[in-house]
Amino acid sequence: MTLFERLKPKFWDYQDIAAGPYKHLFNFRRIWNLAVVLVSLVALIPLVSITLIDYGVTRHSVESEVLLRTSRLVSNTWRTVSFFLAQRRSALDFVVRDNSYNSLRDPVRLSVILETLKQGFGGFVDLGVIDSTGLQRTYAGPYKLEGIDYCCQGWFKDVADKGVNVSEVFMGFRRTPHIVISVKHDLPNGSFYVLRATIDTDRFNELLADLEVSGQGDSFLINKDGILQTPSRDFGKVLDKIPLPVPDFSPKTRVYEESFPDNKKLVIGYAYIHDTPFILLIVKQKDELMKPWQKTRLQLIGFLIASMTIIIVVVLSVATYLVNRILLADQKRIMTLHEVEYSNKMASIGRLAAGVAHEINNPLAVINEKVGLIKDLFTIKDEFKENRKLIELVDSALSSVDRCGTITKRLLNFARHLDVKIQTVNLEEVIRDVLGFLSKEAEYRSITVSVNVPADIPRFDSDRGKLQQIFLNIVNNAFTAVKDGGKVDITAKREGANLISVTFTDDGCGIPESDLERVFEPFFSTKTRHGGTGLGLSITYSLVQELGGSIGVQSEVGKGSSFIVAIPLKMEKKEK
Amino acid sequence: MKVLLVDDEKELVSTLAERLSLRDIEADWVTTGDAAIKSVELKAYDVVVLDVKMPKISGIELKKKLEEKNPDLKYIFITGHGSEDDFITASSETGAEYYLVKPVNIDELIRKMKEILLNPDKRDSFQFKKE
Repeated sequence: MTLFERLKPKFWDYQDIAAGPYKHLFNFRRIWNLAVVLVSLVALIPLVSITLIDYGVTRHSVESEVLLRTSRLVSNTWRTVSFFLAQRRSALDFVVRDNSYNSLRDPVRLSVILETLKQGFGGFVDLGVIDSTGLQRTYAGPYKLEGIDYCCQGWFKDVADKGVNVSEVFMGFRRTPHIVISVKHDLPNGSFYVLRATIDTDRFNELLADLEVSGQGDSFLINKDGILQTPSRDFGKVLDKIPLPVPDFSPKTRVYEESFPDNKKLVIGYAYIHDTPFILLIVKQKDELMKPWQKTRLQLIGFLIASMTIIIVVVLSVATYLVNRILLADQKRIMTLHEVEYSNKMASIGRLAAGVAHEINNPLAVINEKVGLIKDLFTIKDEFKENRKLIELVDSALSSVDRCGTITKRLLNFARHLDVKIQTVNLEEVIRDVLGFLSKEAEYRSITVSVNVPADIPRFDSDRGKLQQIFLNIVNNAFTAVKDGGKVDITAKREGANLISVTFTDDGCGIPESDLERVFEPFFSTKTRHGGTGLGLSITYSLVQELGGSIGVQSEVGKGSSFIVAIPLKMEKKEK
Repeated sequence: MKVLLVDDEKELVSTLAERLSLRDIEADWVTTGDAAIKSVELKAYDVVVLDVKMPKISGIELKKKLEEKNPDLKYIFITGHGSEDDFITASSETGAEYYLVKPVNIDELIRKMKEILLNPDKRDSFQFKKE
């Protein structure tokens, strides 16, 4: 048996073959389908909608949070780098204001100032004083750069114009990457000089290297041409060109998303550092940043699947339960209609039987008296006394009248007991009455019927009519089950103080085990094609229950069946 | 023994009366309730055999009227309907003693008539169950 066969509800394959004129009012499978679809839609559509909305909102919120955090990090780093450069520029400003041109021309004095700057701020490599022609007049530092002419270099022109210059990272005369901060100071004679300081790029790099960037992030500086000013973990070393487009100028920090050629999504935050050629970039991998979201997404999907499963299981269970109840109620309705029809039929048969019996009884009584008189005349008067032939003929006629009388009495007895009433009954008498109706069939089909009612079975109060119908139904079934020449045994037994059992055993075809549990269900029949309604045993079951008894069945295919009816010896007398 | 047979079936009562006469029992018959009352007024019967169901008046009602005329009369009811309920009702309401179902066995009828006269207090409320 498949799982579906096991779980299949009763109504699934229900066909009201035996319903007769009283058809079911519903198409149960259609009701079930409709109920499942409608209730599922009503329950699932809002759930799925809310989950999708929540999915979108949560995702958007996580993405916003990622962008915001990146933006904050860029801003903070931008401040640090800006401060680093501004601090050193201000220090140079202070030096040119605090010292005269002549004192700065003194190499010893310049070396002292360099040492002071190194100790006070750090990051200074050397200092140089350059006159207005671009010639480096004085130099303090590790290289021999005195007398070098910078007049043709871009940074010198820029500082001459703007008064201050922060250079890009470049190799210069010393052939090593460095940054130069230059400050112009005007002299009273209309000329000017420039104080030029070289900043250690290692110190500059440390500023960014110390940052803890989440999402496997990378932080570095580029210039406006996309050349790396500090080393990058993912995009190369100093003075390499990065494979990303240079972001457009923005006075504020900005964050945007960019797809890298290998389909990696990047979150890029940047800020232009004012009065410098630098652009600060922080690049993060979006997949890494969205990892917390993946967990939330899994939880949401899990919740959705679990909720949908629960809803579907509940909907299926409730729909199945309700449709089963509708089926039972409708079966009960049809059963009641059949019972009413059955009762009406039996009442009609009863009335008909009583009418026929009564109508026949009177002429039969006349025949009886007339033939009786003939016999009297033959037996009492001497002239016909010896004529045995005549006497036999008259006796035969009287015997036939007697047989007719027995039949009419049985009919009247049957009709009388259709009314509901409780009276004292003799079990053997009831069984014999029932068998009387079937004696001809038993005779024609050579069915042997044995009745065994022990002497200890007392008369008892019960509804004789119902008992007759119960026994008639069971014996009728037994007759249907047995072949010609078969056997039906009826055995009564006392079961304790207040119960008797009557067992009807036949040697017929038997009932399959799978059908045994259903034989008392309404409309269950294996004889529907042969005119069975599937109501006989169901009505019998109801009648036995009305008497306060019980009915059971044992059967083996090919060997026969036994129906055991237990009847209480005491029964409450009810009003008609 | 004088017997009055009352039944609307003339052929039945007349033949039954003749058969009783052949057995030396004096039997008269009538087919209506009125005729039965008149007969009882005119003659002292021992037993009245009554049909339970008759046109115009039932056997049970007729019995009540006949008792007014002759309280010593004994009654045997016969019926073609064979309803023991009828007899139980009749027995409890009117004190009917005996009951037979058509077609009647004449020997059984005579036996009951003798029994009723010998044991006037006995009632056979259970006898119909042995039919």
